[in-house]
Amino acid sequence: MRFIGLCCLGFLVAALIGCDRGEASTNIELGKPLSGRLLLSGSSTIAPLASEIGKRFEAAHPGVRIDVQTGGSSKGVADAATGRVDVGMASRALKPQDPENLVAHTIALDGVCMMVHADNPVASLTNEQVRGIYAGAIDDWSQVGGEPGPIVVINRAEGRSEVEMFTTYFDLATPEVEADSIAGDNEQGITVLANNPGAITYMSIGTGESAVARGEPVKLLPMDGVPATTAAVREGRFPIARPLNLLTSGEPDGLAAVFIGYATSPEVTDLVLNLNYVPTHE
Amino acid sequence: MLTGVRFAGLLAATIVLLIAGFLLWRAWPALSTIGPLRFASDDGWFPTADRFNLLPMLWGTLAVTVGAVLIAGPMGVLSAMFCRHYAPPKLAVIYRRMIELLAGIPSVVYGFWGLVVLAPWVAELRPPGLNLLTGVLILSLMILPTVALFADAALAGVSAEHTRSAAALGLSPHATLWRVVLPASSSGIATGVLLGIGRAIGETMAVLMVCGNIVQTPTSLLDPVRTLTANIALEMGYALGDHRSSLFVTGLALLIMIAVLVGAAEWLSRGRLRG
Repeated sequence: MRFIGLCCLGFLVAALIGCDRGEASTNIELGKPLSGRLLLSGSSTIAPLASEIGKRFEAAHPGVRIDVQTGGSSKGVADAATGRVDVGMASRALKPQDPENLVAHTIALDGVCMMVHADNPVASLTNEQVRGIYAGAIDDWSQVGGEPGPIVVINRAEGRSEVEMFTTYFDLATPEVEADSIAGDNEQGITVLANNPGAITYMSIGTGESAVARGEPVKLLPMDGVPATTAAVREGRFPIARPLNLLTSGEPDGLAAVFIGYATSPEVTDLVLNLNYVPTHE
Repeated sequence: MLTGVRFAGLLAATIVLLIAGFLLWRAWPALSTIGPLRFASDDGWFPTADRFNLLPMLWGTLAVTVGAVLIAGPMGVLSAMFCRHYAPPKLAVIYRRMIELLAGIPSVVYGFWGLVVLAPWVAELRPPGLNLLTGVLILSLMILPTVALFADAALAGVSAEHTRSAAALGLSPHATLWRVVLPASSSGIATGVLLGIGRAIGETMAVLMVCGNIVQTPTSLLDPVRTLTANIALEMGYALGDHRSSLFVTGLALLIMIAVLVGAAEWLSRGRLRG
């Protein structure tokens, strides 16, 4: 009995390995099974997305383990450049001063836009006006061409990627911001905005678009004349946006190449959308 | 039997110590690199700008708690007195069931109701209506059932001997309730209020949704505040390094605050017993 069981188990393992081999052969070298461990580190903005993609990748390739560590984009750049990890994660484009051997593979884009109540007659705000509103210099809508009434400034919780993008783009230090309220998650921000015609906040464009789509009384303001849409982010036209990059030292090979190919394919578009990022594919 | 009880007691105590130890362990990096003093002396709470003052949130927590107890305490006791001594029996049963139902509503539902219904009303006073006042109102609604149910049980536990003696002395039912029953049940009521305070301090989700979460020492009822619990819930998902560790310091501060309150309550009740 035990012998039969062992045989079955052996057969099963052989079948699994066989499967793996068959699939892997199309991806990498012929006859080499897709297995091993891939270590990622870097941006905490990308980490949740990379984990989700990793889980799905592991499910498709049982011999593979994807480990995701956080520590910020700088750590992702440094770790990928020195080869401490197989793949780095950085929520920014590569700069000229970054190590030359790095190659970026964009898996998604992230855009942040200003949002006001749908009844607010203000159609756009300049960078200076947004800066003034959040620094407390402008506190009435009549100062920016709206109907008289106090501006209710809603900020986001410190440490979120939106806050980092917002403060960097508008050149504000976090202690400078004078807000009336801080919204925790996106839904709370949308609810507060919907209940307060005089409120303003900022949010990732994907979240904002889905709120408008389901009929919340909010609107997304254009920036520098570019409408706040995921399409504009994808086309690289929207100013407050950044790529979410996987970094490798030189062109990737082996397991890293297969994983990056998968992470940049349309197969993970639903995961990207779930996290309110903008997919690189239509 | 005795070993079982001892084991259960030991287990409960160990778990508390383990949690405190864990908090201390995770808070240690911040405590050692930033130093405990800066958590009370820095210029505001801006963890990404290396500023870590927790005091405004401590005051915020105290303000919502005290406000909620000031409202829910008297209301809870009055509601129990109504239920036990004034209401017709049928109404009393229905009323008690409703209070029990109130106790069973999850805090996130209170928070959502506060955000969607209460906040727009308070916004008439100052938009967006997410401030200390809204937090106090929601919290008092949440701890009211705790106080009311404990006070109800305490009133019910007063022995019939007391009430009969009072009646024999010719006291009116009203005077009996206020001068005899109420003092006799004061320790049970105090327990209810203490549990209410505990729930108010520990409440996270509802206050996170209605208090506005601005880190500042409140000077008016209409100022937005952030409580210690809300601070942890708000930033834990995105915090790294010292920022993350300082959130464990927040938890430690919360634990110390509750320990001090429990100690104070113990001290007060002992003083009263001797007096």
